[in-house]
Amino acid sequence: MSEHDHHHHDHDHSELSETELRVRALESILTEKGYVEAAALDAIVQAYETKIGPHNGAKVVAKAWTDPAFKKALLEDASKAVGTLGHVSRVGDHLVAIENTPGRHNMVVCTLCSCYPWEMLGLPPVWYKASPYRSRAVKDPRGVLADFGVSLPKETEIRVWDSTAETRFLVLPMRPAGTEGWSEEQLADLVTRDSMIGTGFPKTPGAPS
Amino acid sequence: MNGVHDMGGMDGFGKVEPEPNEPMFHQEWESRVLAMVRAMGAAGAFNIDASRFYRETLPPQVYLSSSYYRKWLLGLEALLLDKGYISNDDVAAGHSVAPAKSLKHGKFSMADVERIMVRGKFGRAAPGLAKFKAGDRVRAKNIHPATHTRLPRYVRGHVGVVERDHGCHVFPDTVANDAGEHPQWLYTVVFDGRELWGPDSDPTIKVSIDAFEPYLEAV
Repeated sequence: MSEHDHHHHDHDHSELSETELRVRALESILTEKGYVEAAALDAIVQAYETKIGPHNGAKVVAKAWTDPAFKKALLEDASKAVGTLGHVSRVGDHLVAIENTPGRHNMVVCTLCSCYPWEMLGLPPVWYKASPYRSRAVKDPRGVLADFGVSLPKETEIRVWDSTAETRFLVLPMRPAGTEGWSEEQLADLVTRDSMIGTGFPKTPGAPS
Repeated sequence: MNGVHDMGGMDGFGKVEPEPNEPMFHQEWESRVLAMVRAMGAAGAFNIDASRFYRETLPPQVYLSSSYYRKWLLGLEALLLDKGYISNDDVAAGHSVAPAKSLKHGKFSMADVERIMVRGKFGRAAPGLAKFKAGDRVRAKNIHPATHTRLPRYVRGHVGVVERDHGCHVFPDTVANDAGEHPQWLYTVVFDGRELWGPDSDPTIKVSIDAFEPYLEAV
């Protein structure tokens, strides 16, 4: 980043793309009109870069793996249950946690746009927002899982949740075997972002990360 | 609207390609676009469904060939122009040359940043009793509104089962057009894969949508 900054002034304007110019112009217009404070835009970006991310969801999952009462509360009303955890970023209403079991695997998509539980998982990755995932997840979820290198027994039910309203879905993956007695912190390290979308599994204990 | 954004079940887009160690933003301007959309929405220039609708109404070839945040930029510009917050003269000049319009919630400032990091509330008081309950069989209506809707095409005309009731929520179909919130009951409705995709579909697939009551009819 610092190298980028050094070069920044030399190349200012000359290398800006049409999109960058347009973005800069719009930002000038909005700040000059007094609609937004420029520093507040910086603060929004900083908040997204530092406060949200899959570490929040991982803490919730690890807690559910170790605390049966919390797990029950989470599956009943995830917004309320997560709200009781002071150390996880504040979550709005309408969060729904869905549990993977040996017989059923859950997977989340937004076919219409890009709805995603930001507070739990951060901003969605490009693939989640792109046409291949959005088009195929509801019709050929096993094919999509294969793109992630994931395969499930052929009799496992696959439930795809299309996020068509303001409800947001967090997959509660199955706790990996061989983690008996592990602490919440140790377990949280095994929880991947994709395992909470349903396109992956948690890491296996002892496997290289 | 029956736009290209409604892509559930379409073929031909190829493989899903996850990017290892993907950065939060690929270019700095993407983060500025995200911040502008969030700030102008919070200041009251538009609601979330209006911002979705303006991305959906991008010409299909533009929608499909633009990156995610490029779509956000184009949608934001179009929305602000339409609602009179910016003018074509401003855009041509690259600076503000026309008078500002007042915002419902006033200027977006530092004090507002924390507020937008928590999602808004979409639940509303129920205007009446729910028509459906968990276990009811329902059909997604065969409707094709030309305006914003959250009923995807791939379920229209198909029969599913109500699984959950989420209470009453703001109705996207009206609020997107500034026609009011008109809260509606919201349900998770589950469809069998074979009901949606025919007898050759994988029998282990089930797909759910969250459907507002006006999208559904009793079977």
